[in-house]
Amino acid sequence: MTKKYNGEASGYPLREEGLRKRPRAGEILIQSILFFAGFFSIFTTLGIVYELGKEALLFFRTPEVKLWDFLTGTAWQPHINQFGILPLVTSTFITSAIAMTIAIPLGLAAAVYLSEYATEKVRKTLKPILEILAGIPTIVYGYFALMFVTPLLRSIFGRDVVEIYNMASGGLVMGILILPLVASMSEDALNAVPLALREAAYGLGATKLEVALKVVFPAALSGIAAAIIVGVSRAIGETMIVAVAVGAGPNFTFNPFRGAETMTGHIVRMSGGDLSYDSIDYNSIFAIGLMLFFITLTLNIISQRIVQRFREVYE
Amino acid sequence: MSASPAPLGPFQDNLPRRHRLGAVWQWIFFAATIIGIFVLSALLLDILNESFGYVALEARVDPDTLAVDGVPLEDLPKEELIRILQDSLSASAFNKLNDEKPFEERSQANVYDLVIERVVKYKVLETWSLWESLIHSDEIRAQAAEEFPQAELRFVSWLTVETIRRPQSSEAVNAGVRTAILGSLWTIAITILVAFPLGVGAAIYLEEYARDDWLNRLIRTNINNLAGVPSIIYGILGLAIFVRALERLTSGAVFGLVNPTTANGRTILSAGLTLALLILPLIIINAQEAIRAVPQSLRKASLGIGATKWQTIWAHVLPNALPGILTGTILAVSRAIGETAPLVVVGASTAISFDPNLFSRFTTLPIQIYQWTSRPQGEWRHLAAAAILILLTLLLSLNATAIVLRNRYTKRF
Repeated sequence: MTKKYNGEASGYPLREEGLRKRPRAGEILIQSILFFAGFFSIFTTLGIVYELGKEALLFFRTPEVKLWDFLTGTAWQPHINQFGILPLVTSTFITSAIAMTIAIPLGLAAAVYLSEYATEKVRKTLKPILEILAGIPTIVYGYFALMFVTPLLRSIFGRDVVEIYNMASGGLVMGILILPLVASMSEDALNAVPLALREAAYGLGATKLEVALKVVFPAALSGIAAAIIVGVSRAIGETMIVAVAVGAGPNFTFNPFRGAETMTGHIVRMSGGDLSYDSIDYNSIFAIGLMLFFITLTLNIISQRIVQRFREVYE
Repeated sequence: MSASPAPLGPFQDNLPRRHRLGAVWQWIFFAATIIGIFVLSALLLDILNESFGYVALEARVDPDTLAVDGVPLEDLPKEELIRILQDSLSASAFNKLNDEKPFEERSQANVYDLVIERVVKYKVLETWSLWESLIHSDEIRAQAAEEFPQAELRFVSWLTVETIRRPQSSEAVNAGVRTAILGSLWTIAITILVAFPLGVGAAIYLEEYARDDWLNRLIRTNINNLAGVPSIIYGILGLAIFVRALERLTSGAVFGLVNPTTANGRTILSAGLTLALLILPLIIINAQEAIRAVPQSLRKASLGIGATKWQTIWAHVLPNALPGILTGTILAVSRAIGETAPLVVVGASTAISFDPNLFSRFTTLPIQIYQWTSRPQGEWRHLAAAAILILLTLLLSLNATAIVLRNRYTKRF
């Protein structure tokens, strides 16, 4: 459609060297350095997959370990060569489930409040507080779980019911940690819903609650689902809270008031001591790490896919 | 039209109920938001509660018996204090102290600390939290007098200038976080040195140079995924690569440094590099957003007057994106300062009484908190609370800096 400007045709001959694109060594060098910086993260991923895979392979090669027993065994006792990962997996899922039963309802309610109800002034005070909550190091939450929540639970349910190290206290505090994450991601999703939808609903006579729950919330569902999945992934990978407040050795139990050890907690405890290279303990933390990596990676990819696939695009 | 709401009947019948429902739910939503504030206050109050309180101390040697001619121990001249040390310690222990730093150069306060630590040797018998100390102080006195007749009951603040100044020690009353703070600072310095240039470089590449082909899409997806990998995985990676595979580099052997403390690669350098990998994706994502916010017109104007691409980026894009980049970096760094799990895996030690350097074993503030919290004796948990206060103060000031940067220097186009 548009004609390209042609110097010669318009009667001004181009000076040969002046406007021609010269190769500039400096520019190319800088671009290569920047490309390396961009590509570097690929090395990180390759490093994770290679190192975890290599050591995990060594772990499964040892005669004491059988893949089937690893996946289905209910006892993790390395000193008598029992490597069943189920006790670690169940406690990981129990603590995460407790955390999510706190974080999902509270996080979503907070998101709806901040996005649909709060005045600008209230929002500006409440949101930073949630952000502070998200910025506190997890070891501090661990301390809080052990020194405050566990005694609280023990005084409510009885000291013989609740053990000093228990999954409930770790899970509850983990829920508080994840609450701001779910709230802030969901709030972004709710905010992205165009005002026209709300106005149309009001025009039909809907109340504020009906607009929020029946119009805005469904429209933002993909973003909310993504937030929840990221929250779950965070809960599964969370380490210090469970290491401080839950961890008491692998324990195959479904009772939240008993102590147990999650995958992350086990890795921390094993590597806290002096771990000698190429021992079966050393290799086992890589096998557990690999499993953890794949679980969280799958969840993160699902979350990204949901956002991409089901996002309602307005205008 | 008199009162004949017949056609609207069902609708209006419903209306009060719908409004009531709305009010109830609004209250519920608000309560959920407020819970965050409650928990935050509970957390802070709990930590403050543990940071102060009564302590029953038993001294191996009563400081009153060390007083000379009625002058209390802390007011004694340096020479007297040195004489006490000389009398009470073995010759070799005394000489070792002298070797560390000659007594002539030590201050009176320092020698006094040594006398307290080596001769008086306070031992903690029992501790109480601030709340108990304030509410039940009479009961505590009675209990202490009954159970520990020899002990001295003292109201202490676990967080003092001394706590910050003193290195690790085997007794909670003498222990401090000096080595942990230094370890944290060293580690973070390395993390920033590595992660900042790499992260900003990657962000510039992705925003300014990268075409939308499969390789760059892969890089982008990969960075997003790395941001979601649990931090402990980075710890395992650091253990395998920096501590083990690159041991000669991270222990300093490559540079001809033979470390007397034999850290075996479990050094500050390994820790810093591990944390750098951990926060790299965060820095990239934040820097990308900051660069994206610089309007296209600026670039076009610069290119239009004949600047090269890099000149445009260096002179126009980066200066305008810098506040955003710095804010994002500070937030990522404050995440790194609080990280514990990867450093435990990389192999942080805990009993470190010397000032660390690049190739030495190390401990950091969160590691120290973790270790002290894991000990069953109450006094260490009080000390952990004091360390948490220090850590939170550090993080809060960093975050405040980030907010100020964001508010003052971010340009809106």
